[in-house]
Amino acid sequence: MKTNVVVKESESIEAQPRIGVYVCHCGLNIARIVDCEKVAELASYLDDVVVSKNITYACSEPGQQEIVDDITDQGLDRVVVASCSPRLHEPTFRQMLKKAGLNPYLLEMANLREQCSWVHMKEKDAATEKAIDLVKMAVSRARLLYPLIEEILPLTKRTLVIGGGIAGIQASLDLADNGYDVVLVEKRPSIGGTMAQLDKTFPTMDCSI
Amino acid sequence: MTDVGRHPRIKLYTMSEIVDVKGYVGNFDVSILKKARYVDETDCTACGDCVDVCPVVRPDEFNLGLSSRKAIFMPFPQAVPSAYLINVNECLGHNPVVCAKCIEACDKDCINFHMSDEEIVESVGSIVVATGLSVYEPTELDEYAYTRFENVLTSLEFERLINAGGPTQGEVIRPTDRRPPKSIGFIQCVGSRSARKGASYCSNVCCMNTVKGTLMLKEHYPDIDIKVFYIDIRAFGKGFEDLYRRSQRLGVQYLRGLPGTVEEIADQSLRVSIENTVKGRLETHELDMLVLALGIKPATGTRKLQEMLGLQLTPDGFFLEAHPKLQPVDAATRGIFYAGCAEGPKDIKESVTQSSAAAARAIRLMHKGEITTEPITSEVIPENCTSCGKCAEVCPYNAITVDIKNKIPAVVNSAACAGCGTCAAECLFDAIIMNHFTDSQILNQVDALLEESPKEKILVFACNWCSYAGADFAGVSRIQYPPNVRLIRTMCSGRVDEKFIWDGFGKGAPVILVSGCHIGDCHYIDANHWTEKRVKKVRKKMDKLGIRPERLQLEWISAAEGVRFAEVMQRMETLRREVTAEEIAETIRILKDRKKKKKQV
Repeated sequence: MKTNVVVKESESIEAQPRIGVYVCHCGLNIARIVDCEKVAELASYLDDVVVSKNITYACSEPGQQEIVDDITDQGLDRVVVASCSPRLHEPTFRQMLKKAGLNPYLLEMANLREQCSWVHMKEKDAATEKAIDLVKMAVSRARLLYPLIEEILPLTKRTLVIGGGIAGIQASLDLADNGYDVVLVEKRPSIGGTMAQLDKTFPTMDCSI
Repeated sequence: MTDVGRHPRIKLYTMSEIVDVKGYVGNFDVSILKKARYVDETDCTACGDCVDVCPVVRPDEFNLGLSSRKAIFMPFPQAVPSAYLINVNECLGHNPVVCAKCIEACDKDCINFHMSDEEIVESVGSIVVATGLSVYEPTELDEYAYTRFENVLTSLEFERLINAGGPTQGEVIRPTDRRPPKSIGFIQCVGSRSARKGASYCSNVCCMNTVKGTLMLKEHYPDIDIKVFYIDIRAFGKGFEDLYRRSQRLGVQYLRGLPGTVEEIADQSLRVSIENTVKGRLETHELDMLVLALGIKPATGTRKLQEMLGLQLTPDGFFLEAHPKLQPVDAATRGIFYAGCAEGPKDIKESVTQSSAAAARAIRLMHKGEITTEPITSEVIPENCTSCGKCAEVCPYNAITVDIKNKIPAVVNSAACAGCGTCAAECLFDAIIMNHFTDSQILNQVDALLEESPKEKILVFACNWCSYAGADFAGVSRIQYPPNVRLIRTMCSGRVDEKFIWDGFGKGAPVILVSGCHIGDCHYIDANHWTEKRVKKVRKKMDKLGIRPERLQLEWISAAEGVRFAEVMQRMETLRREVTAEEIAETIRILKDRKKKKKQV
């Protein structure tokens, strides 16, 4: 499997890109406003786009499987997912690429939900037009993506907890009891925070210290 | 609390503050300023001999000034560490020996006036921010007369009064005559849920704090008359409604309506006037004592810490989580987590839950003992590098080394590089590639965007952490804005190269917006300073070339400013409408000429 990955990556740099575009409906979140079928159809005419589909939920198990299958069957080497914000599902789809044997950095997302369908709810045509542009932009960027290798660095197994109130105390004890060293920093001369000043606390009505 | 003091794996620094944080997820170097205690906390046995001889008497902060302490003191009996400390500003001093009585009294010789503040550096892999809260100061709410009448107390003062370990051993008495009150009123939402004074959010804990207070009072003084003035009683948690009903059954009167005024009457009792909105009438109530249920505010020092750690705040001033539902204890910065009220007002149970969650998230990150870093870092093409040193100058992380004297090309330390891309944007010789955000990748996006009817479109560069997130927040909040806006995401606004802007205008863009985190909030320390400088420079050049500089805008929009994002987009649309087709054509011509001239040179 591993050798397979390397072959695909080296191929993708040199050969003509083979891009797959997936326009997600996100149920009706996107599809109610944006004409996803039209977006997918127009995207299929773009250079280097080999597959262009619309898909009910790209992030769902069957949705991801469909993309993974296309990567294998159609020899895709770049994927554009036009769905929600990359701040939400970029990690999901990067994992999916990994699963399909592609470098995770060969993914590009177009934000059709947070930055299109949800903010132009009363302008369906303009929103569709914007979606087409966003996909076009994503494809043009995807064309030039190249694989990147993640670096593995050592990590200090130690946590700084800032604040020694009930929250800081609980977090420190949980970490320390799990075998992690903790540095607990408190501004005041004693830990305890605001809770230490309270009388009995609900529901046990016992002393708060 | 004592478990923390005793735990072999917990190193506790009290009277300490974070002054600097360097590094990145997995490997942070934290500078801690430990203030001098003047008492050796390991040797001190808390015998109290020093306190007996100290002549300085001051109000006790822990009891909110309801009792007194000495200049050498223990914050409260169960304090951890169990050691005294000296407030050196209050102490009469020892040199020349003005007082020094405590030194004589201490058998263990733990008092040391030569102690000084220490700066300690600790290496950690993750950070939990549990900075808690501060309490609302009711002084600005003059209608409740907290500053004028002594028998108006805050809820925290009341907690100290009814506490068996408090200044009165749990005896609730009036400050003026030290007699137990026969009637007490509680005023809810002091500093909360008000657009006028205090905060507009609900502080979450004050309703139940009051309900509990009424139960404690009824337990101690069954005949006491208690009235609670409220807008809504929010008893939403498990078992909360039962507690509220129990309080009502015990005869506590809940009256809907907040007092408009508080007057002092004979014997320093208080008269409040309310509009009872259940009964629809004006009422006055006479009470021996009033308790103000104070709201929760962000902790002092939140802002400083936010800047140090490169975090974001909500408009309320609490820390902003990476995702309100799916990552409620994660900060947007990897390796940093929130616990307790730092993230928003919450009660004890919720704080504990969140703290355990934060601990679990930190463990999830650390348990492998290694960390994979994003390869979104910059790289130098040695053949193009002139060793001018600009990249090293702009790098916020000191991740680039160049030997200017010996003309040795720049080298990027990829472990230290955080990937803002400022170096690539500032390099005049195209000698730096910003991986995953290369010039050609971004220019391709600009070109695709402006391919058809560029005149109608608004090109926006947005940084991943603030402006792009702000746009997402506008989306989540369904705030509508003009649909001709197109965003290009970069990790930092520092990445926005001059050539992207020239390319945009050259391809017919009517307006361009560069947007990033507010100054001071930059996710990459201060990379956005370079953005600001660069945009200024480009605007000057535009002016010289005869292109209206207003067509290039710079805005700082935070991740929480969805409304502001939409407003800025509206403004960009207004600007765009002012740009005529002739003006765009003229700009394209000017920039073509400029290119030609540059080529000739």
